[in-house]
Amino acid sequence: MSKERIQIAPEFRNIMPPEYIELVDNATWGKEGRGWKDVGINKELIEEHSLCAGCPESMAFRYILAALPNPEDTVMVGSTGCTSLVFPHVAVHNIHSLFGNQNAIASGLKKSLAHRFPDQTKDVVVLAGDGATVDIGLDYTLQSWFRQEKFTTICFDNELYANTGGQESGLMQKGFVAKMAPIGKQFEKVRLPEIAQESGCHYVVNCTVSKPSLVEKVVRNAVYVAREIGPTYLQMYTPCILEIGKQSMEGLQEMRDSEKPGLRFAFKEYMSPEAKELITEMAAKEKERKAAAKAALTQSATA
Amino acid sequence: MANTPLIGTKNKKGQVYTDPNHLFFEAPRESHFLTGSEIIKEAIKRSSCDMSIAYPITPQSEAAALIGELFAEGYVDIYSRGANEFDVMSICAGGSFGGSRVFTTTAGPGTLRAMENFPMWAGSRLPIQVCITCRGINSPLSIQPDTLELYYMLETGCLLWHAETAQDLFDFILKGFIVAEQPDVHLPIAVACDGFFVTHTKDVVLMTPDDMCLPRYDPYRSPVPCMDMECPPVRMMRDPFVMKSNYISYATHASWQQEVRAAVERSRKHTEALLGGLIDVENGDAEILLVSSGTAISQSREAIALMKDEGLDVGLVKIKTLRPFPTAEIKAATRNAKKIFVPEFNVAGWLGREIKAIVEDNQRVVAGPHVGGGMTMPPEVIMERIVRTLKADKEELAHV
Repeated sequence: MSKERIQIAPEFRNIMPPEYIELVDNATWGKEGRGWKDVGINKELIEEHSLCAGCPESMAFRYILAALPNPEDTVMVGSTGCTSLVFPHVAVHNIHSLFGNQNAIASGLKKSLAHRFPDQTKDVVVLAGDGATVDIGLDYTLQSWFRQEKFTTICFDNELYANTGGQESGLMQKGFVAKMAPIGKQFEKVRLPEIAQESGCHYVVNCTVSKPSLVEKVVRNAVYVAREIGPTYLQMYTPCILEIGKQSMEGLQEMRDSEKPGLRFAFKEYMSPEAKELITEMAAKEKERKAAAKAALTQSATA
Repeated sequence: MANTPLIGTKNKKGQVYTDPNHLFFEAPRESHFLTGSEIIKEAIKRSSCDMSIAYPITPQSEAAALIGELFAEGYVDIYSRGANEFDVMSICAGGSFGGSRVFTTTAGPGTLRAMENFPMWAGSRLPIQVCITCRGINSPLSIQPDTLELYYMLETGCLLWHAETAQDLFDFILKGFIVAEQPDVHLPIAVACDGFFVTHTKDVVLMTPDDMCLPRYDPYRSPVPCMDMECPPVRMMRDPFVMKSNYISYATHASWQQEVRAAVERSRKHTEALLGGLIDVENGDAEILLVSSGTAISQSREAIALMKDEGLDVGLVKIKTLRPFPTAEIKAATRNAKKIFVPEFNVAGWLGREIKAIVEDNQRVVAGPHVGGGMTMPPEVIMERIVRTLKADKEELAHV
């Protein structure tokens, strides 16, 4: 799909909602160099959301959407949870079907799109919470990786079931007291990033969303590697400030405090040899593109 | 691929895309002696199916594996094994969301494991076809034929057709795609047959030529957007937004449920045209009628022949579609009957309840005989039940 597909018929322009006109006129689709810096000035990067005030998930959502390399041909698959409160505001096709089956849905979707559009790149990105990814949906998460399905899985890890009111999840820290863990969680946080590596993911990152430029970089890497090589997995800490007793403005600090060296969300990145080769090649091309753009700018300024 | 090829052109296997009505009613047919599982394969070979996802469970494993052969031969474009039936049905959903024609098979415990997917398919308006080769539900462990699982399927929002024979199975699978994909229907369809009795026995089936196939599925005739980013997205989820606790969300969900059921009803006109009605009636003027679906019909035919020898005149109503349920047709067909027997291969007697719920003077309905756990239903059992009931009625009358 290209931006041309969403042109408004001139006869109807005066009756179209202003939000849609803005989307058509100012969308970042097809714009070279789109990225997290467009957040806040572009409507399709979630101008408004229905999450709790200050929820880090809302930041993560925006950065991810801004980072998608091919949003005009990207379909996102979600799952039940807080993320499903945001998808209605997102101007990419998105599927919510059941709780936990997101990687199975994405498997069929990717195969179908690859079959129907052999000459077009159609990216599929799964975005779900830790309950959907690691507990109820773990089987389907892992099976899609075993099968080497070519899409990216992003887990918003808030270490509990937020949407249902703060119950224990597999990604919760050991000892944390929560609903359904009245004497503290009795087992360690599931080490899904390591499991992802062993299960065949070619690019795996464990991080917080405190740094938009980092989120942008890893999302692009993950989408490109999934497109060309095989499954990729990003686990991002998006703390549920409501359930861990923080204030609206404290989400960012909570993430910064959790990503210090040695802590559970210290940045970790894994690349398979094929993924490393592709990412290195992409970085070189990007460097060339930026140098050419800079040279062109200098030339036009001189002229 | 985004454009549907024209009728009369050939696919990569040299099959000619054929107008469905021509394929169903005018194309020459040849008789073949095959098992039900082989018939499923032959129907899919002619169905321009894009995707099939498989998982082993008796008695559908053979059919699912045979479709794998079609994939290897190039008749089916996408084929793989899922991790379990929940996985299978969700992968199928993804394929259908992406605009492919999708077929799969399951049975008994697999149907129940997959169950959450079926209303999701209907609510998402995905015209996936699942062939259910009915089998018992655990526990205790059983792999034998039993139609209990169809009871669970009744309110999923799926169209539900029940094949009596391998011939029905061949025709229902092909015709099922066409009805399910109509823009005013666009719902999943479950084509059921009784495991082993149909899947593992050989029967003579009149088949269309294998160099003719159905037109491809056109996802842009769907009443909801295909999830391929080829049409403008809006800032709204495709399925109803029910995460908010307010009247609008309740109304949205409620009205969508009604719409799904209305779409099931709208399938009637297409089904009547292709199946020649939702029921078949034989000797409908008889005072005693046997009303059922699936192989219970075959056994009823045998019982009717036995009873005829005994001087008992019994008619037959064969139900072909359980959803939509042929309410008006059954009411009309049974209006003059004095007794209506509903033999079933399950312990619940769900079809008997369905019929009791719609006919006038429903004391006429005898929900039985039932067999469960894979037991056969010899015609003598049906006859004995009818004779015993009639005798009891007479005795009751004598005591009045």
